[in-house]
Amino acid sequence: MTKGLQSIEFEKSPYLVSSASVAGKKEGEGPLGKMFDMVEKEDLFGENTWEEAESTMQKEACLLAMGKAHVQAGDVRYLFGGDLLRQGVATSMGVAELGIPLFGLFGACSTSGEALALASMSVAAGYGDYMLAVTSSHFGSAEKEFRFPLGYANQRPLSAQWTVTGSGAFLVGNRRSHVRITGVTVGKIVDFGLKDSQNMGACMAPAACDTIIRNLVDLERTAEDYDRIVTGDLGYVGQSILFDLMRGKGYDIKKNHMDCGMTIFDQMSQDTHAGGSGCGCAATTLSAYILPKLIRGEWKRVLFVPTGALMSTVSYNEGSSVPGIAHGIVLEHC
Amino acid sequence: MDKERQQQAYENYVKKKTPVHNLPANMAKAFVAGGVICTVGQVILNLCERMGLNKDISGGWTSMILVVCSVLLTGFGIYPRIAKWGGAGTLVPITGFANSVAAPAIEYKKEGQVMGIGCKIFTIAGPVILYGIFTSWVLGFVYWMLKVSGIVA
Amino acid sequence: MDYINAFWIGGLVCALVQILLDRTKLMPGRVMVLLVCSGAVLGALHIYQPFQDFAGAGASVPLTGFGNLLWKGVKEAVDQEGFIGIFMGGFKASAVGISAALIFSYLASLVFEPKMKK
Repeated sequence: MTKGLQSIEFEKSPYLVSSASVAGKKEGEGPLGKMFDMVEKEDLFGENTWEEAESTMQKEACLLAMGKAHVQAGDVRYLFGGDLLRQGVATSMGVAELGIPLFGLFGACSTSGEALALASMSVAAGYGDYMLAVTSSHFGSAEKEFRFPLGYANQRPLSAQWTVTGSGAFLVGNRRSHVRITGVTVGKIVDFGLKDSQNMGACMAPAACDTIIRNLVDLERTAEDYDRIVTGDLGYVGQSILFDLMRGKGYDIKKNHMDCGMTIFDQMSQDTHAGGSGCGCAATTLSAYILPKLIRGEWKRVLFVPTGALMSTVSYNEGSSVPGIAHGIVLEHC
Repeated sequence: MDKERQQQAYENYVKKKTPVHNLPANMAKAFVAGGVICTVGQVILNLCERMGLNKDISGGWTSMILVVCSVLLTGFGIYPRIAKWGGAGTLVPITGFANSVAAPAIEYKKEGQVMGIGCKIFTIAGPVILYGIFTSWVLGFVYWMLKVSGIVA
Repeated sequence: MDYINAFWIGGLVCALVQILLDRTKLMPGRVMVLLVCSGAVLGALHIYQPFQDFAGAGASVPLTGFGNLLWKGVKEAVDQEGFIGIFMGGFKASAVGISAALIFSYLASLVFEPKMKK
């Protein structure tokens, strides 16, 4: 049933049946390296281009997630997927072979939240037994799409984030598991007028703040009701801004906040500056790090808030601001 | 109006919150990297002149050799690593220009000879060529006018 | 002595540009455009050539020297050919740099594969 202005609390909560994560070399060398289901040492994933590599990651992640639950592609009713590339080609090319009816999504780096929200709503509404949610990002294809060719000699500012090479897939369904999606808060676009695409944490923090507070108000909870409030890829700069913004509204989440972009890389040794980013950042961290903790019951209830910076190279060149969006997914151990 | 002021306030706040590179350290690195590249240029220049070539031709050889070195270092993925350390020291010399031509040529080869390499080889260097030629054209036009009107001999 | 001048002046130009990169939102592409254009203007104002005579490669290797070269080419062509020279000199003077960059980059694209950043 709908709660408050933007949230849903499921009467019959769908289960997160299984999930899978596929990651690149640098991610494999990071703190979560051993937790990913698959780490490819070769960033081309045996393909010819970065874009094909990203598609392959998505396909592998989907196959792994379905394989873990012994579910065939034919049993999955709908697939919700998206990525960062123009017209979402990484998803289109990647999941074509699976033959699952597809909703192609774009929510920048918040796409994993968008996909999980729609998948869980579809299952809860009884439109199918299994839905698949998948997202990906690839450092090579993202640099090419949004910044410079990889051989170009530029210095990254300290606020810049490192696009994660990785893909996460989640099978949502009615079959019992140890994690349920009990609620969803769909975020709205929040624009504080910032135009700096090299400081995405600052562009997205206001959206994360808005969605987290919306979730707490709509579901009549306090921040302490969650073991962790997990943002997608705010990074070090974005996190400190989020804390300030939340405090300004009378909330303190310092104790139980975690950011996937700060978790996936080691800032000191991996020289990523402000942390990781990209659709794959939140998705792989959720699958490899957060869900196992929920399954074991170490954490009972988590608010997962992937964040996205909505921009294209054209909007940026034309001087538009970079608004943010964030979606909240409530995950509970059961 | 109020919204604009809020946006300005947020921008200022973000600026305060965002860490920046240590400028003196970065300048020192740029100084060394740029200095070394220019000194290499001077070595080539002097060698050419010692071989009896005139100033313009020596300059041409210097540019050409520096460009080759930069393109090779870009191809092997070494130039970006030098640039990460040297910053402007690798951007400002002509080697930086060569890198900005070579990097897209290599990156976009997957998109084909014409639409890939052909078009995108100019993505970063194109503006430099366009505005360089245009500026010199404007200056040349002014010079020609002054000459015709007898102000300049 | 000319090596020392090339080193410290070339280095100084780069260090000053580093301020632009670090303290403004100017992207590297814009900085390169700025350097070439200001080099051409300084050349036309008779400032750059004396500077280059002193600094040698320290002034000719940076992109400002490329701008100065464009101006010199245009000026020479105007002196020799008149009006049509305005359209000739720039490309003629910058021919080696631009041709070398294009030709060797094209050859490099045939040999090298894109690489991930470290």
